[in-house]
Amino acid sequence: MTRYLLRRLGSLLVLLVVMTAVVYGIFYAIPADPAVLVCGKGCDGGQLASIHHKLGLDQPITTQYWHFLEGLVAGRDYSSGPDVSHCAAPCLGYSFQTDLPVLSLIAQRLPVSLSLTAGALVLWTVTGVALGLVSALRERRLTDRLITVFVLGGLGTPVFVSGLLLLMVFCGWLRWLDFPVYVPLTEDPAGWARNLVLPWLTLTILQSAIFTRLTHTGMLETLSEDHIRTVRAYGLPERRVIGRHALRGALTPLISINAVEFGAVLVNAMLTETLFGLPGIGQLIVQSSNNVDLPVVAGLTLTAGLAVVLANTAADLLYAAVDRRVVLT
Amino acid sequence: MSVVLSVRDLSVEYSTGEGAFRAVDGVSFDLAAGAALGVVGESGSGKSTTALALLGLHRTTGARVTGRILLGGPDGVEVNGLDGEGVRRVRGRRIAMIFQDPMTALDPYYRIGDQIAEVHRAHSGADRRAAWARAVEVLDRVGIPDAARRARARPHEFSGGMRQRALIAMALACEPEVLVADEPTSALDVTVQAQILDLLDELRADTGMALLLVTHDLGVVSRSADEVLVMHRGRVVEQGPVREVLRAPARPYTRALLDAVPRLDAPRHARRDARRDPGEPLLTVTGLTREFRRPGRGLRRETTRAVDAVSLDVRRGETLGVVGESGSGKTTLVRMMVGLLPPTSGRIVFDGETVTGLPEKRLRQVRREMQMVFQDPVSSLNPRRTVGDAIADPLRVRGVPDGEARRTARELMERVGLEPARHDRYPHEFSGGQCQRVGIARALALRPRLLVCDEAVSALDVSTQAQILDLLGDVQEDYGLTIVFVSHDLAVIRQVSDRVAVLRGGALVELAEVEELYAAPAHEYTRSLLAAVPALA
Amino acid sequence: MSEVLAEVRDPGAAVSGSPARARQVLRRLRSDRPAMAGLIVTGVLVLAAVLAPLLTALEGQDTTTFHTQLLDSARGGVPRGALGGAGADHWLGVEPTTGRDLFARALYGARISFAVAFGTLVVQLLLGVAVGLAAGFGGRWADATLGRLIDLAISFPQLMFAIALLAIVPQSFPRPVLLMLVIGLFNWGGTARLTRGQVLSLKSRDYVAAARLSGASPGRIALREILPGALPQVLTYAAILLPGNMVSEAGLSFLGVGVHPPASSWGQMLSTATTWFRADPMYVLVPGLSLLTAVLAFTLLADGLRAALDPKASLRGRR
Repeated sequence: MTRYLLRRLGSLLVLLVVMTAVVYGIFYAIPADPAVLVCGKGCDGGQLASIHHKLGLDQPITTQYWHFLEGLVAGRDYSSGPDVSHCAAPCLGYSFQTDLPVLSLIAQRLPVSLSLTAGALVLWTVTGVALGLVSALRERRLTDRLITVFVLGGLGTPVFVSGLLLLMVFCGWLRWLDFPVYVPLTEDPAGWARNLVLPWLTLTILQSAIFTRLTHTGMLETLSEDHIRTVRAYGLPERRVIGRHALRGALTPLISINAVEFGAVLVNAMLTETLFGLPGIGQLIVQSSNNVDLPVVAGLTLTAGLAVVLANTAADLLYAAVDRRVVLT
Repeated sequence: MSVVLSVRDLSVEYSTGEGAFRAVDGVSFDLAAGAALGVVGESGSGKSTTALALLGLHRTTGARVTGRILLGGPDGVEVNGLDGEGVRRVRGRRIAMIFQDPMTALDPYYRIGDQIAEVHRAHSGADRRAAWARAVEVLDRVGIPDAARRARARPHEFSGGMRQRALIAMALACEPEVLVADEPTSALDVTVQAQILDLLDELRADTGMALLLVTHDLGVVSRSADEVLVMHRGRVVEQGPVREVLRAPARPYTRALLDAVPRLDAPRHARRDARRDPGEPLLTVTGLTREFRRPGRGLRRETTRAVDAVSLDVRRGETLGVVGESGSGKTTLVRMMVGLLPPTSGRIVFDGETVTGLPEKRLRQVRREMQMVFQDPVSSLNPRRTVGDAIADPLRVRGVPDGEARRTARELMERVGLEPARHDRYPHEFSGGQCQRVGIARALALRPRLLVCDEAVSALDVSTQAQILDLLGDVQEDYGLTIVFVSHDLAVIRQVSDRVAVLRGGALVELAEVEELYAAPAHEYTRSLLAAVPALA
Repeated sequence: MSEVLAEVRDPGAAVSGSPARARQVLRRLRSDRPAMAGLIVTGVLVLAAVLAPLLTALEGQDTTTFHTQLLDSARGGVPRGALGGAGADHWLGVEPTTGRDLFARALYGARISFAVAFGTLVVQLLLGVAVGLAAGFGGRWADATLGRLIDLAISFPQLMFAIALLAIVPQSFPRPVLLMLVIGLFNWGGTARLTRGQVLSLKSRDYVAAARLSGASPGRIALREILPGALPQVLTYAAILLPGNMVSEAGLSFLGVGVHPPASSWGQMLSTATTWFRADPMYVLVPGLSLLTAVLAFTLLADGLRAALDPKASLRGRR
């Protein structure tokens, strides 16, 4: 356990350093100048040079990266003209585009992304497990076949297609809902939920298809195991055989799935946000990439890496708690 | 004594692509309270299918079960005529079953006490407290030490023998009239097997529970059953009291089966006894040790010694038997001997040359002198290469021209009793015994001096096993081979070996001439091993 | 007592990779109706994409000509007529605001979609198989390091990097090639993990030990004994990557960092269609359904292949 946590911590540090270095490397290798974008049209050489200096772009890339790491650990000072502003650790720097602190940019958008994914997570886990269970117990019958069609359809439909089709049906054709606009949960819980229904459904269709399939195969696999034969041979009611013994074996592996799928979920959430115009992390990624906004992209990479590692660690710990045979190393 | 289980004309039929297949065909027998009936047969004989049918465990598999299974005497229940709920009520309460692989038969997620209590509650309606108390009671009854505490353990914290005990406890929980045991000890070491069989005997005497013991091992039947039923291809070939059937079998099949079983008490092969004195050592190992490292508690690493300072020599022309229970390090030892696994420390000298520490290139040269026959016929042949290629490949590696390699391969196939015409077939078209013959031919291709057989007959039925052992004896003579024969089976080892090495926990316990070792074992462990082997009749 | 009786073997349980096994796989595939439907649709779509210049010539249109006369400027440039202006001249209608022919744009979009999917696959296979082999054959240290790398590559949202990279590479670099490189570069973990697993599992078989004993060199063992067993699995897995690659390309183009107009791709068309779903549903449906059909057909075919090889691994459950 101690060894496991130390290893995880070590790999987290390595991971974050490597990833941010890659981001800096990419930006360095490609001849796109963020200063040009900041400066806008009709920018002369002098203005450009001063922007370069202000953004620190006149320093070698290694120095820039070093300052970035330094800011993370110890914080750093920014001088714009006579004013000096201190950015406390962990400092992710300031956006090239908006001059806002990256940390607060991210913090501002986090609730939107969390609302989207957390809500959808609950939905897809519940539907996925339920459908998978039904299809495994009704193997080869009509229900199973219908669910199979849903699985194939769900897996084969990119979120931006299913989302558009949902929009067409519910906003365009039936007019049951307006085009979603994000409303914070704290302001108007009902409005928050109503506006997120379509984005939630969009993510749920794809992810619950994955869960359905995994529950289905996990259930069939467990049902064919020896210990299920044992409890049947001892006359336990089928309800208990399924509900207590088979389900436990089938669902335990699902714990790690959300962690493994984390990257895919993030990408799909990003696409969903873009489609519905939700001002979340995904939108920020696309915008900052397009604007060559290095500090924001580096900060987002760091955040995503941290989230991936945390999700995986949480899944490992939970798994070990649920399945005592697992020894964490 | 009253009959508690009466089976009449039981048949189990599966429909396959090519029509119906009768796995069990017209089986009838009676089982009295407190009695033990052994059902023996080789793989595919239908013995396990019969056992499962008694509990109605075929219901969802699409098999058609016909005949009568009468439980509890003339006025009892007819299992085959019950509906799903009826069968469920019978299972566990009146007829219980234990299975071959105790490692997988219990639910890994729940505490053992809970699993037993759950079964008890399902049939008795007892409350949680009473059921748990009952679970502890039966665990204690089957000899789990400190049962009240161990009931809280999960299956992975139990050893194989303990799990089988726990399963027996589960069976006891509802005091059934009949216990069906399907190969209950096949996955266990011989000393543990003896304990489990003792336990079953004892419970039978104490509770009057009848036992149906399904096994491939005639020794087990002879030791623990009163009556025996010999099955072959779904039919009962012979049945009667154990002593009579095993001493004077009436049917040729039973006789052949008995002849094939290696025994601890039978006279040894004449050829072996007449063998000239074994010569100088061909292979000498000194202080051979192999450690494996794995993570331990906290930050430490634990090392396990799979083989611990073993020193022995293998003499020219002899067969050295290596015997031990699971985890004794026998496979690790012989893999180091042939250079498949580097030793952690120690020295190996082959034919006067120190092999340990040789550069890989030179090692490859030496290796042609040492070949190996493996346990699993399926894993030991590449499914993508024809058997002819499998035998010819070692020659090709050594630069023998293709035509000659093929010709030699066909000759070798003939030598090991395979049709040379089948040289372009793939391994899956051959039976397990035939695959093992291919493995022997491949090992012989380079004309090695040392042949290591690692549990080479353990996966085979007794009749096939006897044939392969005969073949090994023949080629040893022909090729002047020195053989190291690894097995967990003391009877097989006795039959083939000149000298025997006994391993335990990675260490060499005893090494002696075969007669000496079996007649007067010097070490206590060897004595307990020998005592644990169930004797035939 | 013959051995054959003692050992009843299931003829259907042929081991993977043997010729008999290959025949069995083909037979299973042929009797798999959804997979065959997938094969036919895939075939038609690929053929249509290849013949795109011919088909658009038949229609008499191209991808770039503006047809503003077909648009209703009063309604913001929505095509006149039902079904987005579909008719004899423009089989699937025209684009809003520009009036470019949708049939031609969707067809040329298919070309890019398929080309990128296949090209990406090549990159993925080269990278994934190379890393997988290195991990599988390279000994403990290499395996530990590369194993971690593979885990990382699988769980990390690589598309983030892809977006950053695509956003800043100059437009002069050919977009489809860039897409292949970028998607392939960030999405090879699965192939690598599978290759590694196969190699490690095959390496522990006894026949490999036998080959070592016969004096075969490591190279010969890898080529003769291990790779032939690993490749069928890896290639089958690769088939299921194709629809995934199509979705990735469409996704990136949808985000505006993939294919840029005037070139077309389904994802790019969908990204402009988002604002038109109410006024001109046809504009959403043409690229949307094209993408859906293609992805589904590829998935069915690849899944059928996988099911034929290993029924348990199928998306459609055990059959």
